[in-house]
Amino acid sequence: MPDTHANSIESKQQELVAEFQSMTDWKDRYRTIIQMGKALPDFPEEHRIDKNKVKGCQSQVWLHANLEGDRVQFVADSDASIVRGLIAILLRVFSGHTPDEIIEAQPHFINDIGLSENLSQTRANGLQAMLKQIKIYGIAFKALREQMSARDA
Amino acid sequence: MATTNTSHCHIDQPPARLATVRDDFPIFQRTMHDKPLTYLDSAATSQKPQAVIDAITRFYSHDYGTVRRGTYLLSQNATGAFEGVRAQAAKFFNAASPEEIIFVRGTTEAINLVSQSLARGFLKEGDEVILSAMEHHANIVPWQLVREQIGIVLKVIPMDDRGVLLMDEYDKLLSDRTKIVAVNHVANALGTINPVKEITAKAHAVGALVMIDGAQSAPHLPVDLQDLDCDFYACSGHKMLGPTGIGLLYGKRDLLETMPPYQGGGEMIDKVTFEVTTYEDPPHRFEAGTPAIADVIGLGAAMNYLDGIGMETIAAWDRVLVAYAEERLRAFPGIRIIGEAPEKSGLVAFVHEEMHPFDLGTILDRAGVAIRVGHHCAQPVMAHFGVTATARVSFNLYNRREDIDRFMDGLAMAADMLL
Repeated sequence: MPDTHANSIESKQQELVAEFQSMTDWKDRYRTIIQMGKALPDFPEEHRIDKNKVKGCQSQVWLHANLEGDRVQFVADSDASIVRGLIAILLRVFSGHTPDEIIEAQPHFINDIGLSENLSQTRANGLQAMLKQIKIYGIAFKALREQMSARDA
Repeated sequence: MATTNTSHCHIDQPPARLATVRDDFPIFQRTMHDKPLTYLDSAATSQKPQAVIDAITRFYSHDYGTVRRGTYLLSQNATGAFEGVRAQAAKFFNAASPEEIIFVRGTTEAINLVSQSLARGFLKEGDEVILSAMEHHANIVPWQLVREQIGIVLKVIPMDDRGVLLMDEYDKLLSDRTKIVAVNHVANALGTINPVKEITAKAHAVGALVMIDGAQSAPHLPVDLQDLDCDFYACSGHKMLGPTGIGLLYGKRDLLETMPPYQGGGEMIDKVTFEVTTYEDPPHRFEAGTPAIADVIGLGAAMNYLDGIGMETIAAWDRVLVAYAEERLRAFPGIRIIGEAPEKSGLVAFVHEEMHPFDLGTILDRAGVAIRVGHHCAQPVMAHFGVTATARVSFNLYNRREDIDRFMDGLAMAADMLL
């Protein structure tokens, strides 16, 4: 059973699905995505470097992550408004979780909120590429933590 | 010939011969996101008339057989039809003979064929190949591969901020070290029509060969290869109403005869032993393996269709659409047209000061409007204009002013949603 307690990845996904399912018009969905992008905190300029660029996107996307305690905090940006909105959605779901939670999460919300109809199925918007990069960060931080605890032991 | 006045764009309707062509394209019976399909991405690939679809279906249903090997009727007929398209292509582009036409997968394969074949003997270390600043990656990367293989030197003809090649700079690049000049006829990211006849004459004056990338000119402009006098010309069938997976490479006959094969296999040999193999004469020397027979038949139907309308008529209507799109875009706040050459064909590229091309493309899609956004496989062009991506509307003979109107409505809607 997925973990559904408040603020779990699963409960955040369900919350998003409910929000988007209440909108029947595609314009409302897109407007919401665009607004979410506008509300995304400013991206720290020191992280706007090639190393943080996500490949496979038609727009430019930067994604950076830090491990704070046992939680992964993501920051990201794009020069395209809709992509920035998609980033905001991904960060809302995945940021602030442990590497294990990020690795294990099934991102069903992408299909459930109808984004896959025209967004995630194309390589163009890079949603899948961003998702993959988020998962890679999860795996990398898990390995790092295991390495550190092995050394401490 | 053309009945359209091309000096201004206050013509609402296409010339008579184009009036009903839209009905010939079954795709326009469908919708996209429940909106009428507004297809403005023909520079990427064109839609297909029923005549092309029918020719392929008929061939597979009734006439299918391999070419140049069978003793039986099916194969003989298929060979006749296949070689008939070669002759048709020679006539369409005014080549001197059908033997100068090689069937390839597309423009990309044609350029790889020429560059790799010339790398096997003709080109030597230190030889210079001149490209232009507005090339598609397909006319850059194959030459870079040759540079890695044998150490040729690549030179680039610069362009100005309108997207016009600087011919004075071209003159300075030419020397007795120049062995090949490879440029496009029409630039896919800008629409610029390049002065390829002049470029060719100047290259020949220093003894260099000329390869023209005709991917964007073959669908829109009358092309007379003997008049251009270029040594090679390549185009893609799928951009000129034909099927995917088939294109043409033209090469002057005396030149092709001296060139080694690009790929080895069946159908391209004269005699094979394990010690030595001798090759067929051109064009078959360059067509290893069973060719894309049905696609060749489909391309024949496409050229037949284009001939029925006339390339002069098509070119004239194209100029009307380009001018109308530019006029409408210029009147829209925040738009910067990328590529303002006086002679353009087939497309208009642009950016908006606040809206990202990706956002535009995504919202226009929902309005039923298909445009291309991105770097258009021409990253050096993007760098020149200081952008990472542009939006591009491109046309073919089935487009109408109403398509551009619907695109502009979509653009206004995008601005309303994004700004």
